[in-house]
Amino acid sequence: MAAPDTLVPAISANDLRLRYGDREVLHGITFEVRHGETVVVIGGSGSGKSTLLRTLVGLEKPSSGEVRINGVDITKANTREMDAIRKKIGLAFQGGALIGSLSVGENIALPLVEHTDLEPTTIEVMVRIKLEQVGLSGFENYSPAELSGGMKKRAAFARALAMEPEILFFDEPSAGLDPITAAGIDDLILNLKKTYARSIVVVTHELASAFLIADRIILINRGNIVAMGSVQEIQNSQNPLVRQFLDRVADSDQDDQVDHMKMYTEGIE
Amino acid sequence: MPFVAEVGAATERSVAYVGGLAQLFGKSLWLLFMSPLKRGRILQRAVHEAMVAGVGALPIISLITFFVGVIIALQGAYELQRLGAMQLVASLVSISITRELGPLVTAIVVIGRSGSAFAAEIGTMRVTEELDALETMALDPVAFLVVPKFLAMAVMLPCLAIWADFMGVLGGCVFGIIGANFTFGSYLIATRDALLMRDVTTGVVKSLVFGLVITAVGCQEGFSTGIGAEGVGRSTTSAVVVSILLVILIDLVFTTLFYAARGVA
Repeated sequence: MAAPDTLVPAISANDLRLRYGDREVLHGITFEVRHGETVVVIGGSGSGKSTLLRTLVGLEKPSSGEVRINGVDITKANTREMDAIRKKIGLAFQGGALIGSLSVGENIALPLVEHTDLEPTTIEVMVRIKLEQVGLSGFENYSPAELSGGMKKRAAFARALAMEPEILFFDEPSAGLDPITAAGIDDLILNLKKTYARSIVVVTHELASAFLIADRIILINRGNIVAMGSVQEIQNSQNPLVRQFLDRVADSDQDDQVDHMKMYTEGIE
Repeated sequence: MPFVAEVGAATERSVAYVGGLAQLFGKSLWLLFMSPLKRGRILQRAVHEAMVAGVGALPIISLITFFVGVIIALQGAYELQRLGAMQLVASLVSISITRELGPLVTAIVVIGRSGSAFAAEIGTMRVTEELDALETMALDPVAFLVVPKFLAMAVMLPCLAIWADFMGVLGGCVFGIIGANFTFGSYLIATRDALLMRDVTTGVVKSLVFGLVITAVGCQEGFSTGIGAEGVGRSTTSAVVVSILLVILIDLVFTTLFYAARGVA
């Protein structure tokens, strides 16, 4: 694998807009992720952060603006170019999205079996290494339905890592998990960051976890970037929307998401 | 006027739906040869699908077509007896089974077993983001899921239809022996004399088209599944209803064509 050109950012989004019908959900998002950098996108439910993630990996087509991955504009890439890019990125979905008809091991082996000419025995060894990496050794013959929520997420991590991607995306890695499992997931991401120097984008609403793993944080609200900066800068920001999010002040129309957030994050600073 | 507009809109929707089916079939055909996915793996999945959709359907199709054979013989004998033409039971059964009921009953059983399963499988994968996961792994869902299904169904439906013909004739034979003074041998000879090769081939051609239509409808309903478990249920239902409707319509068209061709020849 050729060393990535460090002058070109791993990901750059430029004036990204996305509309569903006549409702615009992303209103001109511009930011960059440098090579080896971990960027955490935070925001409340419905802020557009998951949509942003889906747009970055090409699952949603933006109505205008561009997304460049390693310098290639994916909004204009053809199928072949897109396939080449997709083999260099790994995405761990919020609910795991493991293929239900395959075992956990087969799920992790899937990209290797389909895209490489490795021997089956080599693939088997690689699957075990990936499972060990996420703390799921010995689970290769389980069906995804037999795993708990946290285990599914970790298995999804292992699958995202299978092709040794340059860029990793995590959608809500610790949402809906108990604090101990969530902390384990944070450790896992920190580990990946230290050992492999990959570019990582994490979308989350868990503040504690964001502060722990991020090099830079982007706060999104209603489809706009409200603030962007290092962990320190965000923590010290006086921007009222940042303060509201950090100090957990409820909007008048906010749902009970805030209560859940308190429940999961309290005491793990 | 609103009535006319509604009819127009419904017509437009139907045409768009059939266009969607054709598009899915065209894309699958293109991907079968041009997809960057490994051909061997696609075939492997096709064999798996063929085992589930084809071989798995053998017992139930055998049973149903056997009974249908007996029923046709009984119904036919009711009239033929009055004309003193009981020896025609064999040709009545063999022609109605091979030209019509074998392929049709096969298609309807396969719709119930596999058309619905395709819609449910793909619909569930849509709901659980598995389709998105495939896409982000550079595995085109159509190449990965739909192409093997088309391959399997295009091969298995004609095979099942031929088997159904055989079982239907066997059903008629049981009645022939018990109720119409045939022996096993004489019934088979009467069947052979009554059948033209064309009777079997028209049935086989029809069932090939049925197989493609059932796959296209099942997969398209799966891909267009709405949100949640309710969406999966709805796509499964409409996969079955739409498939049955289309299969009957195509059957009508084919039978008309074959009838016209027969008149010319």
